[in-house]
Amino acid sequence: MPVRLRRWTIFVVALIPFAQLVYGAVYQTLGGDPAKAILLATGFWAMRFLLITLAVSPLVRYLKWRWLMPHRRMLGLFALFYGLAHLLSYYQFILGGNLAMLGEEIIKRPYILVGMPALLILIALGITSTRGWMRRLGRRWQQLHQLIYLAFILAWVHLYWQVRSSYFDAVLYGAIGLVLLSFRVRKFLIKRT
Amino acid sequence: QKILASRANTQPIKEALTPYNIATTYNNFYEFGYNKDDPSKNSGNFQPFPWKVEIAGEVNKPGHYDLDELLKNIDLEERIYRLRCVEAWSMVLPWIGFPLHKLLKRFEPTSRAKYVKFTSVYRPKQMPGQDSAFSTINWPYVEGLRMDEAMHPLTLIAVGLYGKNLLNQSGAPLRLVVPWKYGFKSAKSIVKIELVEQQPLNTWQQIAPNEYGFYANVNPHVDHPRWSQKEERRLPSGLFHPNIIPTRMFNGYEQVASLYKGMDLRKNF
Repeated sequence: MPVRLRRWTIFVVALIPFAQLVYGAVYQTLGGDPAKAILLATGFWAMRFLLITLAVSPLVRYLKWRWLMPHRRMLGLFALFYGLAHLLSYYQFILGGNLAMLGEEIIKRPYILVGMPALLILIALGITSTRGWMRRLGRRWQQLHQLIYLAFILAWVHLYWQVRSSYFDAVLYGAIGLVLLSFRVRKFLIKRT
Repeated sequence: QKILASRANTQPIKEALTPYNIATTYNNFYEFGYNKDDPSKNSGNFQPFPWKVEIAGEVNKPGHYDLDELLKNIDLEERIYRLRCVEAWSMVLPWIGFPLHKLLKRFEPTSRAKYVKFTSVYRPKQMPGQDSAFSTINWPYVEGLRMDEAMHPLTLIAVGLYGKNLLNQSGAPLRLVVPWKYGFKSAKSIVKIELVEQQPLNTWQQIAPNEYGFYANVNPHVDHPRWSQKEERRLPSGLFHPNIIPTRMFNGYEQVASLYKGMDLRKNF
């Protein structure tokens, strides 16, 4: 498949969850509390795209999926996209656009307080993901973009601190994240020796 | 047939009823799973009949009673109550049932009965949530009320909703409804009612005592650590104009305030 076609395919597929939410909101198929449904779905998709983005370099390295490398940027930007949709849906659909309430809740709730920097990191990485910024930052670009691991850890804590009746999601996403982080640690250790 | 014979016995409530399809598909009933639509999707194998309830503890007439036997001489009434979930959403629901005190009096609580402990059913084969290795809940689900709360005329045992038998996802065949407390106090699918001397340790208090107390009275002045309790979203709630309303003390049932006179409700949350 030519790169251009692949790029469009990934783009369209990554938008399917969003399209489903829009469809569900319009045709009222999101259940009794659509606000909560959208909040949860966008949060989980941000998490999933974070993990997919983190999976790219191990897949390229160990399975030789070199074709995937040019698409890592877009996958990361989708993590940002769903993360922003998550925050905006909280602000608009849950808090009814009450800015004072948003400020109060961010400060008062530890799980929101750790979720915010995760999103800020993704915003910073999104802005500096262009070729121009790569050139300008040189070697430091790589260092800066390793913050994605921190963003994942913060996002996971954000999820973990909301566990109520089941550890399932926290364990699932934590386990996948741990595997992906371990590749990074291995690489780091090999470099050292 | 008993359900059909029930008569309305509710002070008129101005708020609109929550639509049936929302009330029966948006449920917290962790025995059937942790998503809101899990109870309606996963409760098909649950068999609520025949049903026995064990009455135990500080009563003169303990025993295992058949549900039909319990309902024999009791008139059912319809009551429209607000339901406020601790998660800051709410509904208005037409229950069918009878005041708990009518039931308790029949079994003659002794003077040592200070609390009522409710135990929900444990059937992991019919309730997939109870079979989950990832659950934080130590089954079976347990709840409790102080004796005066249990005897309060607002406290209801419900067997129906919207003019029909309770559906499995709503806690069939009988459940508690305590309208001035957060929804989790209203134990579902009850198999055991015990009169006890000591305050029971209810399930959510076991899991997170800093977040869920024994009393769990609806109180806009005491936040849940993870979210504000000042307001609630009354379902159905639109997306761009969410139906956000201020939460009322005791969920608007101020007549229960006297039960808590002299108590610090910040400490006894």
